[in-house]
Amino acid sequence: MPKGTETAHLFASGHTACSGCGQSLGARLVMRAAGRNIIATDATGCLEVFSSLYPFSAWEVPWVHSLFENSAAVASGIEAALKYLGKLDQVRVIAQGGDGSTADIGFGALSGLWERGQDVLYVCYDNEAYMNTGVQRSGLTPYGATTSTTPSGKLSFGKAQQKKDLPMIAVAHGVRYVATASVAYPFDLDRKVKKALGIIGPKYIQAYVPCPLGWRHDSALTIQLAKLVVETGIYPLFEYEDGKLVGVRKIGKKKPVEEYLRPQGRFRHLFETEAGKTEIARIQALADANIERFGLIEKPKDLQKPQDIIEKPAEKAAPTLRGFTPKELSTFDGRQGRPAYIAYKGKVYDISASPLWRGGIHQDQHLAGRDLTAELAEAPHGEENLAGLPVMGELLP
Amino acid sequence: MVRKMLEGSQAVAQAVALCRPAVICAYPITPQTHIVAELADMVASGELKSVYVNADSEHSAASVCLGASATGVRTFTSTSSQGLLLMGEVLFNIAGMRLPVVLSCVNRAVSAPLNIWNDQQDSLSLRDSGTIQLYAENNQEAADLIYLAYRVAEDHRVLLPAMVCLDGYILSHAWEAVEIPTPKEVDAFLPPYSPLYKLDPEEPRTFGMYANPEVYTEARYMLQRAMEEAVTAIQEASHNFELIFSRPMPGILEEYRTEDATTVILGMGSLVSVAKDVADELRGQGEKVGVVKLVSYRPFPKEMVYEALKGASDVLVLEKGISLGSAGPLLLDVRSVLHGPHQPRVRGFVCGLGGRDVTRQTIKAALAEKELVDARFLDLKADLELEGMGQANRDRQPALARGARRKRAPRKEGINSA
Repeated sequence: MPKGTETAHLFASGHTACSGCGQSLGARLVMRAAGRNIIATDATGCLEVFSSLYPFSAWEVPWVHSLFENSAAVASGIEAALKYLGKLDQVRVIAQGGDGSTADIGFGALSGLWERGQDVLYVCYDNEAYMNTGVQRSGLTPYGATTSTTPSGKLSFGKAQQKKDLPMIAVAHGVRYVATASVAYPFDLDRKVKKALGIIGPKYIQAYVPCPLGWRHDSALTIQLAKLVVETGIYPLFEYEDGKLVGVRKIGKKKPVEEYLRPQGRFRHLFETEAGKTEIARIQALADANIERFGLIEKPKDLQKPQDIIEKPAEKAAPTLRGFTPKELSTFDGRQGRPAYIAYKGKVYDISASPLWRGGIHQDQHLAGRDLTAELAEAPHGEENLAGLPVMGELLP
Repeated sequence: MVRKMLEGSQAVAQAVALCRPAVICAYPITPQTHIVAELADMVASGELKSVYVNADSEHSAASVCLGASATGVRTFTSTSSQGLLLMGEVLFNIAGMRLPVVLSCVNRAVSAPLNIWNDQQDSLSLRDSGTIQLYAENNQEAADLIYLAYRVAEDHRVLLPAMVCLDGYILSHAWEAVEIPTPKEVDAFLPPYSPLYKLDPEEPRTFGMYANPEVYTEARYMLQRAMEEAVTAIQEASHNFELIFSRPMPGILEEYRTEDATTVILGMGSLVSVAKDVADELRGQGEKVGVVKLVSYRPFPKEMVYEALKGASDVLVLEKGISLGSAGPLLLDVRSVLHGPHQPRVRGFVCGLGGRDVTRQTIKAALAEKELVDARFLDLKADLELEGMGQANRDRQPALARGARRKRAPRKEGINSA
């Protein structure tokens, strides 16, 4: 578990999700990363149904479900209320939905939320179909997958369209932080949620969550498939900040898409006929295009340490740097309205604007006004979290 | 208390502002838009400290209010017609979650054909949503019912959404002298909203749970009970209103010259004013005619309606909407409390649809009707065959029968031909 994260399960056990459910894992990771000071919304769907059967609730955080298509709008209302109450900097808002509610029926509300620039993190748990209603095709169902409404047959290879590129639609809205994630990389998801919550404005994370029931795979394979989808290039993990690509998870050696497709019943038809090979080749071409587009293979690195494989964004060129003695630095402790600075590898950063550093304290253990070089080395995130922060000067010995 | 010349929309907006909602969220639709534009102005000028959210649809507008209300603050939205229907799904949900969202509905006809003028089909169609519905006769009432709506909706015995309905254009765009109370007077009537439960990290709660057959019936039963409680809450609040504002507040219903009336006209909204004129005129001719203005359509105040009508021999229900295939929904409600053998005859009339004026003649035509009708359309044109509108029917007729039909309307641009 990443350090500095909530130890209690804010999305508790005892819910009624299927074994191997990727979405329940996703929700647990997101809640753990977010901590207690949030209000979460949820759309109608599996997550809502398996977590909130009256009188039981898996949610240890304030949580509201209203309808299928309004998770984003309800979150808008919560944000507006918190703004009115002056609590928006203490309580963060997270909207959640499955791929159907996010990309299809709730898309208007989501687009409205983004366009208004409201301070909400929207998390889409993408299991690539309407699972709660019995596996129907959604706008995020991938090419070639069978669902109950895109069955394979003499005239069909499953879904004939590609997945709606929702992350790029988010980027086009000017969403401040857009990232894809997969439950096979919990540290990466954790870091992305924390990073998103530190940003003021709309944020979008699309987390890939396998569904053993809907995809017809062994429930023991959930994590393996969530890895393979990334390693094949089918589901690239990337981050956009203010419209710029700032991070990509490299995949090392490319794996053929067959490795990912074969264990899943929803793609089985592709392996049964000669013509299916053409479809697999098409899916391979889509994966190759992702590899090319996001540069997933160049400079392969050790996959064990996520912070190492994030492409480091160029640091902003600082003007003439002011020198801070450790004593001077300690006066910038973020308390009682004072600015909050921290030092890292000789540089002094201004973290006053970060909601993750309210009152000059981060995750209840790190204090502003200090040199945190050693502490950051131990942190679940790397120094990339300092990127974009104003550099105020240099730390003097 | 200040007396001002105000457009109906302005009167509503000023009343809303005096209730100080934390979050206002709406989507534009005619003829409602003046209300929220007025509120947006107040927010822009700093006069009103609300957060104003421009929604992407009425569905989202109602959902924003739902989210804000669940966070424990007072909210407001406003809509009309299609907008209200689009909100419909959310209103059922808001009621089920027991959130006291207040909205105004500037009543407008429902499409098709498209029509932006007044009737009450929009709000009547949402009678089963669990939303309290209060109908204003004039602009003063439209404003006053806003204060009442907040107080009743937020009453812990009730906790339901409440909608103030005012007739589009007839009220919303008409200028009348309206008494606007001081903030102090409103505060004396309307305490700050204190939610029973709210979304709060200090005390995490789960809202909007999933209910299986073991508990769903009970949840719905509690809603029905809350609606019944709302009758009492409206009565109490109306009484209190009259004490504080020194102005009548017929929160449930108003009886006009019904004391010895043998014929009573019952209706909602602005048509009641015309009915009162007719009653005055006929009283002058010695006829014992009275009027009952129903303000609270939901909850439907069964006992008060019974008490107001039991002495009459003839009751005419006039309404601006219909439950197609049945009768006027208001007629059905009124009849449901007057079904005994010695009860008055209750007859139903549909009028004032899509902006057609309800005049004294309209009401007199109803009074002249002798049959026990359920859904007699008043002021109906004799020739129904408007070009285009009758097309589907005409095509089904055999050629001979077609020739035998009544004269056609003169050829003109078809209403559906565009």
